[in-house]
Amino acid sequence: MTVQQSLRLSHADAQVIDVPVDFEQAIATQARRPSEQKSRGLSLTIRGLRKSFGSNEVLRGVDLHIPAGQFVAIVGQSGCGKSTLLRLIAGLDAPTAGTISFGEETRAEDIRVMFQEPRLLPWASVLSNVEVGLGTDRTSADAKARAESALTEVGLAEKRDQWPSVLSGGQKQRVALARALVSHPRVLALDEPLGALDALTRISMQQLLGRVWHDQTFTSILVTHDVSEAVALADRVLVIEDGRIAHDINVDIARPRQRGSADLAALEGSILRNLLGPGADATGL
Amino acid sequence: MSIVEILPRVRSFRLPRIDGLTQWIVPLVILLVWQAACVTGYVPARVMPAPTDVALAGWKLLISGELAQNIWVSFWRASVGFLIGGSIGFAFGLANGLSQLSSKLTDTTLQMVRNVPHLALIPLVILWFGIDESAKLFLVALGVFFPIYLNTLHGIRTVDPQLIEMGRIYGMSNSELFRRVIFPGALPSIFVGVRFALGIMWLTLIVAETIAASSGLGYMAMQAREFMQIDVVVLSILIYALLGKVADSASRGLERLTLSWHPAFQKH
Ligand SMILES: Nc1ncnc2c1ncn2[C@@H]1O[C@H](COP(=O)(O)OP(=O)(O)O)[C@@H](O)[C@H]1O
Ligand SMILES: [Mg+2]
Repeated sequence: MTVQQSLRLSHADAQVIDVPVDFEQAIATQARRPSEQKSRGLSLTIRGLRKSFGSNEVLRGVDLHIPAGQFVAIVGQSGCGKSTLLRLIAGLDAPTAGTISFGEETRAEDIRVMFQEPRLLPWASVLSNVEVGLGTDRTSADAKARAESALTEVGLAEKRDQWPSVLSGGQKQRVALARALVSHPRVLALDEPLGALDALTRISMQQLLGRVWHDQTFTSILVTHDVSEAVALADRVLVIEDGRIAHDINVDIARPRQRGSADLAALEGSILRNLLGPGADATGL
Repeated sequence: MSIVEILPRVRSFRLPRIDGLTQWIVPLVILLVWQAACVTGYVPARVMPAPTDVALAGWKLLISGELAQNIWVSFWRASVGFLIGGSIGFAFGLANGLSQLSSKLTDTTLQMVRNVPHLALIPLVILWFGIDESAKLFLVALGVFFPIYLNTLHGIRTVDPQLIEMGRIYGMSNSELFRRVIFPGALPSIFVGVRFALGIMWLTLIVAETIAASSGLGYMAMQAREFMQIDVVVLSILIYALLGKVADSASRGLERLTLSWHPAFQKH
């Protein structure tokens, strides 16, 4: 339905900027948080980033600047290197070439990752799982209190003493979110965190993500295969193709965004056409 | 018909919960049939004594103090042998599960030794140790070693690598990673090893005590055979069975206690 609507709109309706963009220009124009408050997020600059696995060159020169506090979504076909890019940003793997630098000195607690799988310890209570997120502060006196407030933030305070195995998929992912947020990170990297959830749970999780991002003002980098999720949440959508950022799209739509509204759908359709490449028929999805 | 309609009906078909008594019904029936068969003379007394005769023999041995003495000796051998073999197996399992180098050095050798049935070593062990205590401890420890080693190793190797990566991301040190992620993850498998090992422990001890011992339950049974005391022979066998059951229950209890997070152990 939304795809068909968007087909009637011309390609120019969506603000598609084809790379290479003027790097400094991009830095100047992209920083736009909806809220006036100053972001506590970190800015991020990537230059000439490459990553190969053996002879398979997955990332072939990524240049990117993300201003502090921006919500960036990364989309692209399966296997195009989205997870690889996110793992490099989170420092889980080392690049083959190029640099990733944050605006300020960072501690391990400043950058947190969330995956498609919740990765909770089945033998630890929900609360202790959240405490894990405190990193080296795990042993501090207020660890429990901080974990509890993070659980309250994701609306699961009453599950604190349960085993993870009794939670639903969405609840597990909310615990994983609490664990990622408990150290008040300044960058949150998310690798398809809602990919395994059913449609309704996914929508409520998107709202939760949007809310905590708005409240805590961290920089957010979300890898997703769901373009409607990308345009609903992000300030900016990056499309990866052939190991590079092929399209860099501003989502200039005011928040709160209306799910299914015409301008979101138009943008979604335009990005889908970009993803599928020239000559592809979006109705064939 | 939708799933929602079927579910309640499936629920009502659930088997009644197994309580403490249900499991004893079958043994009790066997005991009654056995008694009846002996009393009616259907089974001659020199083939199989009646349960009451076995109980009587047990009572006599209990009064003389012989029974407690022999049970204690066997129990001591079983637990000390288990502790020695279990700890060494656990240590090798940990080392080879955590260190590539250690695994490369020792795993192949251990896998080769595993193919020798440990009871085949009895003649050699008697030559080495005589019918000394150390002979029995050695055999039990050897028998217990492999199931504990293999299952500890397997448990550690199959801990979800994504959980280990998560632990690293959240800044766990090596010891913390072991304590909070690797060991708890390996525990279910280690318990499988423990229960296997308990079975092997009793089996080894019975054989060893029957062949080369001057005390213990197996020795008591062999002595009784010499004097044609079939009731004492049967008594020894029953006590072995009972001790095996006690050991198994103890390990199950421990399992329930430490694996309460596991869906298989959760109360509904
Ligand atoms: N650890 C790895 N070793 C070898 N190849 C890898 C590894 N991780 C990813 N790849 C390869 O890199 C490519 C991109 O993978 P990935 O970043 O996971 O894609 P996606 O965009 O679907 O997240 C794939 O071809 C994948 O096979
Ligand atoms: Mg991926």
